Amino acid sequence: MLAPPSAPPHAETYVALERVTHTYGRDDRQVKALDETNLKIDKGDFIALVGPSGCGKSTILKLVTGLLTASSGYVFVAGREVGAEPVRVGIAFQNPTLLPWLTLRDNVMLPLKIVPPFRQEYHAKRRTEFRDRVDALLDQVGLGGFGSKYPWQLSGGMMQRASLCRALVHEPQLLMLDEPFGALDQFTREELWAIMQELWIAHRPTVLLVTHDLKEAAYLANRICVMQARPGRIIDDTIVLFPRPRTIAISFDPRFVALTQRLRELIVVASPPKDSNP
Amino acid sequence: MNAQFRRRIASAALIIGFFVAWELLCLAFNVKDIVLPRPSQIIVTLIERIPAIWPHAVQTLYTTLVGFALGIAFGVLIGVVIGSSRLAYDVAYPLLVGFSSIPKVAVVPIFVLWFGAGTVPAVLTAMILCIFPIVVNVATGLATTEPELEDVMRALKASKLDILLNVGLPRTMPYFFASLKVAVTQAFVGTVIAETVASNRGIGNLMMIASSSFDVPLVFAGLLILAALGVALYVIFSFIEMRVTGWARRKDEFALG
Repeated sequence: MLAPPSAPPHAETYVALERVTHTYGRDDRQVKALDETNLKIDKGDFIALVGPSGCGKSTILKLVTGLLTASSGYVFVAGREVGAEPVRVGIAFQNPTLLPWLTLRDNVMLPLKIVPPFRQEYHAKRRTEFRDRVDALLDQVGLGGFGSKYPWQLSGGMMQRASLCRALVHEPQLLMLDEPFGALDQFTREELWAIMQELWIAHRPTVLLVTHDLKEAAYLANRICVMQARPGRIIDDTIVLFPRPRTIAISFDPRFVALTQRLRELIVVASPPKDSNP
Repeated sequence: MNAQFRRRIASAALIIGFFVAWELLCLAFNVKDIVLPRPSQIIVTLIERIPAIWPHAVQTLYTTLVGFALGIAFGVLIGVVIGSSRLAYDVAYPLLVGFSSIPKVAVVPIFVLWFGAGTVPAVLTAMILCIFPIVVNVATGLATTEPELEDVMRALKASKLDILLNVGLPRTMPYFFASLKVAVTQAFVGTVIAETVASNRGIGNLMMIASSSFDVPLVFAGLLILAALGVALYVIFSFIEMRVTGWARRKDEFALG
């Protein structure tokens, strides 16, 4: 019953971390967030990073995005060192981080105003083609008709949907999700998982999802990396073979339960002593 | 809406009550108009002598607005520079606090020394007085931009200028407009101080001359003009603020356009 993984067997590597170490702070107050970490992500793959708090999940995400520069080691994106190649990146955080002075439509359109090649055409197309594209995307996540609302007029779940749209509108090759569903209620979260999966199947960006939710990781990802904390390291790498499109029913499958159970045990072991020993 | 209406009625009643009480107390205690003229006398004086007062009022308004405009231009410029980086903010802040704590009246003689008596020192004093609230608010607004908003922009490879134009400045607008309301009244104070000390035109000068010839109702008429101009400018900038930065107060009127 298990289907082969969705990524083709010999996909090209899109993101690679080679012996990456990252340290925060300086001198006597240093914290090693990431220690000699290696990771390869195939083009078009969907990978989830799970682990205890402070294990460097978000650090990896920021290194790959180029928001941080590694203390040592190499981060490659699209075959060259990060930042060298103009890769389109979409990013969504736990916080929707929408701009309160813009309508939902203008918020989602923001990347088109910034990122080439859309940037050059922004003024010519913002009332026609781009507007249609944004509205289609809003429709897809169930926000049709809300385009001219302001973020503060919407619920948290709706803002988070808009935030996902903003991360996807410029057809990013790389999609970075830093616990984007973390602050939502269970039902909204499960609904957004389905939407996220749909969007991924439609656009096939390379996705790096950082999450605390093991069910979320198992539902969405093709591959799950478990990390340990202090120093941060990848200690387990599991391929998730459930066929797509997955539905929430899959979370009751015994193999799904067994997978999340195994991940949970790994994380408990990986947690720093003072956290696991109350 | 009803509660708001009642609040407005109460405010208006308080203002009218203040002037009525003033009038009545002056009558009751038989206060001479050389000490404190009654509001009715002040208004009569204002109406009778408006041809003489008017050019001075225009001069004061002109000086204030020019000083205010310069204050906005330089204030925003300095505020953007200081607020754009953590380092600039930390380095420049002590100097800024030092400058802003100088009593600005004290610099009028220096301006007079440099530029002679007249309009120029008044414009400069108005500018100096209104520039600090603007600089501090713009810099604070920029410096407190949420790092996550910047991360979203940086992930899109936005340039510093892109971030400033699309996130920094719009986010700073509520701070900026809040400072404008304070700044415009400060500019008035600056103009009048300079006119009082070293000028031959403007309401400040008018009041100075009137008080030296014990024409007290005219002094108060000048004061009334100043109050009216100050309130008018405050109202204008409050209105612009509401239109531009309604999002910050989550006003539904703003969302309706």
